Amino acid sequence: MSEQPLDLVNLTIPAKPDYVGIARLTVSGIANRMGFSYDDIEDLKLAVAEACTNAVDHAYCAGEGEIEVSCNIYPNRLVIVVIDRGNSFDVNEVVRRTGPISMESSINSVRERGLGLYLMKTLMDHVDIKGDNGVIVTMTKYIRKDVVESHVEPSTSCRSER
Amino acid sequence: MNLQVKEKMDDEKNVTLCIEGEVDVYTAPKLREKLLPLCQEGKTVTVDLSKCVYIDSTGLGVFIGAYKMQRGTDGKLILKGMNSRLLRLFKITGLHEIMKIEESAQEDGQP
Repeated sequence: MSEQPLDLVNLTIPAKPDYVGIARLTVSGIANRMGFSYDDIEDLKLAVAEACTNAVDHAYCAGEGEIEVSCNIYPNRLVIVVIDRGNSFDVNEVVRRTGPISMESSINSVRERGLGLYLMKTLMDHVDIKGDNGVIVTMTKYIRKDVVESHVEPSTSCRSER
Repeated sequence: MNLQVKEKMDDEKNVTLCIEGEVDVYTAPKLREKLLPLCQEGKTVTVDLSKCVYIDSTGLGVFIGAYKMQRGTDGKLILKGMNSRLLRLFKITGLHEIMKIEESAQEDGQP
């Protein structure tokens, strides 16, 4: 599956909290144009915001930096790549620690941050994180055909004025 | 879009915080600043989310912080008025099991 995307939209934002909303709006616009459902667009917005928020956090440790958000548009899916060149981290360790909050886990052990990665993985169809040189998050969401059947050709024989 | 947080004293023991707009990494500090001090005072704090259109994990983090804080007091933290989208987030993360959430009978603003 190394096909070329139909279109590519690249966005570079400063790694500051102020600009995460811009990435969210961009993705929302693209997903809307592609025909994603309302719920899926909200999922995409949230996932890209979580990836950017993580990048902002890393950049904050390092001082400053930029976040690259690359939206690869395919006929049946949107692949969003979020890259920050800040400090990388032990991806496996972070992934192991994320998950939903359960009644068994004492509330004191629930961290105020750390739900972001879990949400990304839950809301997207596929998430891949690489942390060698900076952090690269690749997220894929497929367009669900059963929801987006708005372009059905009306048959002339059963055309109704109502 | 921005975030507005309005505080309304219902009486001595009850306070309502109305949240309007989006809670993300940019606006969450504003919410934290308002909410956390209220949760230290042993009051019943009701957070009205009916005009809140977006929350991400940083926003959820603020509520987790607030919940932890009020546990040490005899106060309460109640979240109400969430649209189905926000409620879904609380369910996915498991937060709906530990926090007191009043589900609204009528959901407004949902297409």
